Amino acid sequence: MTRKRRRLYVLLACGIGLGSATALVLTAFNDNLVFFVSPTDMAKGERMGRQVRLGGLVEKGSVQRGGEGRPATLFRVTDGAASIGVSYSGILPDLFREGQGVVVLGALQPDGTFKANEVLAKHDETYMPKEVAEALKKSGQWNPGAGPPPPAATWNATAPKAEGK
Amino acid sequence: MDTEIVGQSPRGRSLHRFANPGRFLRLSGAVLPWLSVGALITVSFGLGWGLFFSPADYQQGDAVRIIYVHVPAAWLASAGYLSLAICSVLSLVWRHPLADLAAMEIGPVGAGFTAVCLATGSLWGKPMWGAWWVWDARLTSVLVLFFLYLGHIALVRAFDDPTRGHRAGAILALVGAVNLPIIKFSVDWWNTLHQPASINFTSAPSMAPSMLWPLLISAVGFTLVFAAIVVARTRAAVMERRIRGLLMARAAQAEA
Repeated sequence: MTRKRRRLYVLLACGIGLGSATALVLTAFNDNLVFFVSPTDMAKGERMGRQVRLGGLVEKGSVQRGGEGRPATLFRVTDGAASIGVSYSGILPDLFREGQGVVVLGALQPDGTFKANEVLAKHDETYMPKEVAEALKKSGQWNPGAGPPPPAATWNATAPKAEGK
Repeated sequence: MDTEIVGQSPRGRSLHRFANPGRFLRLSGAVLPWLSVGALITVSFGLGWGLFFSPADYQQGDAVRIIYVHVPAAWLASAGYLSLAICSVLSLVWRHPLADLAAMEIGPVGAGFTAVCLATGSLWGKPMWGAWWVWDARLTSVLVLFFLYLGHIALVRAFDDPTRGHRAGAILALVGAVNLPIIKFSVDWWNTLHQPASINFTSAPSMAPSMLWPLLISAVGFTLVFAAIVVARTRAAVMERRIRGLLMARAAQAEA
């Protein structure tokens, strides 16, 4: 019994050591583990000219699709506090629209705009049928252009009713 | 007689009751058919509901249906590794012989579920995000989990003396267990392209009930499938070890 207990204690000690080592490493590399930076961080200007990913919501009313004479799509990426103008020429993902989360890969130009060479759409953790989404919009609980749907607690209890069941 | 039973600690007794391979074979033999049938019924019900009868998502359309495979596979990839870590503790501390065999058999099954999770995630990522793969914290940590499984599979089979393989594998599995909280919380600790969890214990699920139920049933089905495969493999391993023992004994007898 004592030998088993000793092995258990050794194992626990190793676990605590390994766990704290990992926690320290992850904290130290925190800046490099993020997939994208927000417009607020980007506006500080330290990343000028370097290839970075910028993430945020597509600002409402800012999208100008490319057309005659202008190859690039222009839009602004915002995190509420700051926003940065982005230009991108290429095919946008299906989920791209105003109010949607996006992650764009590119570099900040000297004029303060962001030239993107890849645009990824980011969707949130909300899943609901079209009817529920329509009901939320109709009741005024959610304006899709302004951002993600309201917290689940406000609509999930009403969801079965909205489906007409 | 009475004093002997009282003298033993109840914890040790209950643990070692299942260390008896004969008892394990009898018990698992009785459970396995029910487990397999239950797994088949639950998984076909959950997947059938999810893939054909649940509603399409308001923004992702029918592509959302891949969730009924992807999320249960992801849960089982992590839960399978957790069970591997528990077996490793039992093996290192209590020298539990069945835990060694179970750990050896969990590895390939867990690796399979992780591969399904990665493949379906990639298939889902292309139409929705616009990329098959990105190196964000969630995707990378799950890829590390897959490599940990592969490493464990290779390591436990790499020694001539099986006991040494089981020891080394158990240590690897426990070191790798540090990855489990990283996978779970990667989407909360860092910016990731992968969205945070829809289902957690502290708030209402951000999923409509008509999509949540098939997902949960599918997850129960995947769990039963995982358990059934592991039990069947462990049974085979116990029997294999018995046969090997018998053959060795016979060979020794013939030599004498």
